[in-house]
Amino acid sequence: MALSKEQIAQRIAKEVKDGYYVNLGIGIPTLVANFVRKDIEVDFQSENGVLGMGPFPFEGDEDPDLINAGKQTITALPGASFFDSAMSFSMIRGQHIDLTILGAMEVSQNGDIANWKIPGKMVKGMGGAMDLVASAENIIVAMMHTNRAGDSKLLKKCSLPLTGVNCVKKIVSNLAVLEIVNNSFHLLERAPGVSIEEIKKATEGNLIIEGDIPEIKF
Amino acid sequence: MINKTVPDVQEACRGVKDGMTFMLGGFGLSGIPENTIAELVRLNVKEVTCISNNAGVDEFGLGLLLQKKQIRKMISSYVGENAEFERQMLSGELEVELIPQGTLAQRCRAAQSGIPAFYTPAGYGTEVAQDKESRAFNGKMHLLEYAFNADFAFVKAWKGDAAGNLIFKGSARNFNPNMCGAAKITVAEVEELVPVGSFDPNQIHIPGIFIQRIFQGNNYEKRIEQLTVRKRI
Repeated sequence: MALSKEQIAQRIAKEVKDGYYVNLGIGIPTLVANFVRKDIEVDFQSENGVLGMGPFPFEGDEDPDLINAGKQTITALPGASFFDSAMSFSMIRGQHIDLTILGAMEVSQNGDIANWKIPGKMVKGMGGAMDLVASAENIIVAMMHTNRAGDSKLLKKCSLPLTGVNCVKKIVSNLAVLEIVNNSFHLLERAPGVSIEEIKKATEGNLIIEGDIPEIKF
Repeated sequence: MINKTVPDVQEACRGVKDGMTFMLGGFGLSGIPENTIAELVRLNVKEVTCISNNAGVDEFGLGLLLQKKQIRKMISSYVGENAEFERQMLSGELEVELIPQGTLAQRCRAAQSGIPAFYTPAGYGTEVAQDKESRAFNGKMHLLEYAFNADFAFVKAWKGDAAGNLIFKGSARNFNPNMCGAAKITVAEVEELVPVGSFDPNQIHIPGIFIQRIFQGNNYEKRIEQLTVRKRI
């Protein structure tokens, strides 16, 4: 069975370590916060100027002056801080963030990522994604392995306008966990019940399979 | 103390003309200068360039100026919440320059602080890099980006005093402090205008020197774009 969006988030949450400052993108990455172990200390940064982001507020406690980058109402945990956008990106470009998790429409085998524009169809903008991918050392991408038509989104070369080049290190898709090394996707884990053949079929870029590939454990 | 107070939004917007470039604070609908936007709609200034992280939603924020086709060009990082914006952009009616959010913030900061240009790694190898100078520092490629050049900066703060000192609240701070003093004239609207001496100087986020006009705003709607809550247990 391919992973659900929640399961992708749950698997990525295992990459979040004690003491990390983490930036979560919009979509599946936002869900990661729900699955992080409760016995470790992690601070979530929101690029619109919050460090120490907490869960959604209780009904009636929402504050229009306290939102995340997805414009959702949030809370601030004890020890949180607020700051302006320039300082927020000082944290990001200055490599003070330990882990960046974001979504993608396409990733190529050399670590290029595309996630902000489909020419002539959809132009939402890059938001903070270009700043994040240009500077972050540790980027994990949450994505679907194929589009609705079944075409691979893990490619030799991205077809959509790029967000950044040579920057993605790890991918958690609905089918597999992969690492990008030496211009290839290296298969690390597969979704429970998903065969190597299925993953091969769904991956257009170079796919390296070495030894036994374990199933994803949560 | 030099008094920066003006009586109302009409006086605050004096000198606004067709074809000017405006900076507007806010992230989504949070921390936007609501009173000023309403006045710009009333004045019906045309052919303006707006520098703002987002473009509002169809019925609120900068979306109101878009509906009246007052904007010639938008400089933003993310415009995903506005269907009218997307329509005008894809049809070519509206010129749009999409730039990385950190670059947007830093181009404001540069204008504020007398730095004409700076290098950033954001956007290297993408279409954002087209026609831009690039240079390697420490083995990594960077793009040369320029300070903005705007006629007015319109910002919104939580509290302000007559000297123009500002205090922001929560994530409504966002781009507002970076735009103060980044244009020829900075106009601040505040939810609460207090007499000089009311603030502890330690708590001031933006000193009044960056502000030319300040006024007491009213009827703040403060719309929430995405209401997300959890159930009380």
